[in-house]
Amino acid sequence: MNVAGAVAWRMLHNNFSTPSLLIPGLVFPLFFFTAFAGGLSRVNDVPGFQFSVGYTAFQFVFVLLQSAAFAGVFTGFGIVRDFESGFIRRLMLAAPDRRGIVLGYLFGALGRWIVTATVLTIVAVAVGMKVGGNGVDLFALYALAVLVNFCGLLWAAGVAMRLRSVQAGPLMQMPVFLCLFFAPVFVPVALLADWLRVIAHLNPVTLLLETGRSMIAGDATHVAAAFATALALVGIFSIWALRGLRKAEAAGG
Amino acid sequence: MTLAPQVFYLGRRSLIRILRQPANWIFPLIFPLALMAVNTGGLHAATNLPGFPSDSFVAFFLAFPFIQGALFATVNAGVDLARDIQTGFLNRLALTPMQSTALLAGHLGGVIAIGALQALWYLTVGLAIGVRFESGALGAFVIFLLAVLIVFAFGTFGALAALRTGSTEAVHSLFPLFFVFLFISSMNLPRNLIETEWFRVAASLNPVSYLIEAIRSLVIEGWNAEALALGFGIAIALSIIGLTLSSLALRGRMART
Repeated sequence: MNVAGAVAWRMLHNNFSTPSLLIPGLVFPLFFFTAFAGGLSRVNDVPGFQFSVGYTAFQFVFVLLQSAAFAGVFTGFGIVRDFESGFIRRLMLAAPDRRGIVLGYLFGALGRWIVTATVLTIVAVAVGMKVGGNGVDLFALYALAVLVNFCGLLWAAGVAMRLRSVQAGPLMQMPVFLCLFFAPVFVPVALLADWLRVIAHLNPVTLLLETGRSMIAGDATHVAAAFATALALVGIFSIWALRGLRKAEAAGG
Repeated sequence: MTLAPQVFYLGRRSLIRILRQPANWIFPLIFPLALMAVNTGGLHAATNLPGFPSDSFVAFFLAFPFIQGALFATVNAGVDLARDIQTGFLNRLALTPMQSTALLAGHLGGVIAIGALQALWYLTVGLAIGVRFESGALGAFVIFLLAVLIVFAFGTFGALAALRTGSTEAVHSLFPLFFVFLFISSMNLPRNLIETEWFRVAASLNPVSYLIEAIRSLVIEGWNAEALALGFGIAIALSIIGLTLSSLALRGRMART
């Protein structure tokens, strides 16, 4: 835990003391929220579109989950920087249990996302987002987003520890981007084009997104399935990240 | 050596350098189309909105890859120019009899060449997925010309950023700014169907909206003189402003070196 605490503190300190790292992580989710909720609000009037608390809340859930996933991925960029600077090599020599390194990055990604989620929520409420869910629903929504954040970090950490180069950036980012956008981003599943609906049904992000939206609307559905899916993904990506750590160890950091 | 061969050699170098970095040309060819696929799959129901100008969202959205591809080409080429400054290539070039105009023209020549390839690719994909151009084959040619002009206009701003800052990171940081211009525009819905007032005003003030609408008009409307005049007019104005500013920046950069 000492290793995890030190790594997390360093990640957070770097993030919050370096504007070029902090600002994109804060601005991009707000920008997507503005562009989607503001520019597409008329989609609310599309025949067949039914979401009781309005299009702003509909998009808020997507942007919340997206920001969680990308906070994890952006932390993965930091892992790569640590490899390139030789910091991880020194850390591996010093850490009694190297799994603490992954755990530290996990806490770092979470800390980073909490700030983003707070700003995003304040902005969403300030622009008049309606919320139908009660405290428990909202707690569950944010808990689901935390698991998505873990998935993003663990995926990116696994890639970073295998490739250990900034060239790993697109490989960390693109699959996450595609998984997020091959889900019902703009309209419910029923209104997607046929080909996208097929992909969306196979995409686990769809379940997380639809459950999150049902929570904010106060009509929570498929909660157990969504949490089970998210926890399973965290489990799978934990193995991926820890095996990546072993490969990095074998390569000498 | 006269100006023309200087431009040719530097333009060829610029193009070869782009082509030798697959990420610099594969990504701009694929990513805008992937985003188009996602948006059209997700928003095709928007064609049911009263007043929506087309019954095909793919046709409506086809203008988007041209603009996003231009952004990619601009940033990638700007980064290459900034790298030339960082690595001292520009300093070494300044010791030769090369004219400074040739550097800018050669650099922009490379951007235009890659922009032309992209435009052809997007047109081909559009036709392959069944988009029918209301303005016909001539309209497709005009789209190609406008797309190349837009790449040139954006390219001058990429060059400006590179010459002013001499930093690849600074040029990279332009991408989010360009992205904001792209998203706060009429790319997803026609301006008259944007419900949120501030967004509609911002999209109306945003020149990128008119570039998109000019290309879009040729696809879904036919020949709309007003949309084309605005699109070409803005692209030409941006080109003149960008070229003037980047020429001044180049003069300052060469004086410093």
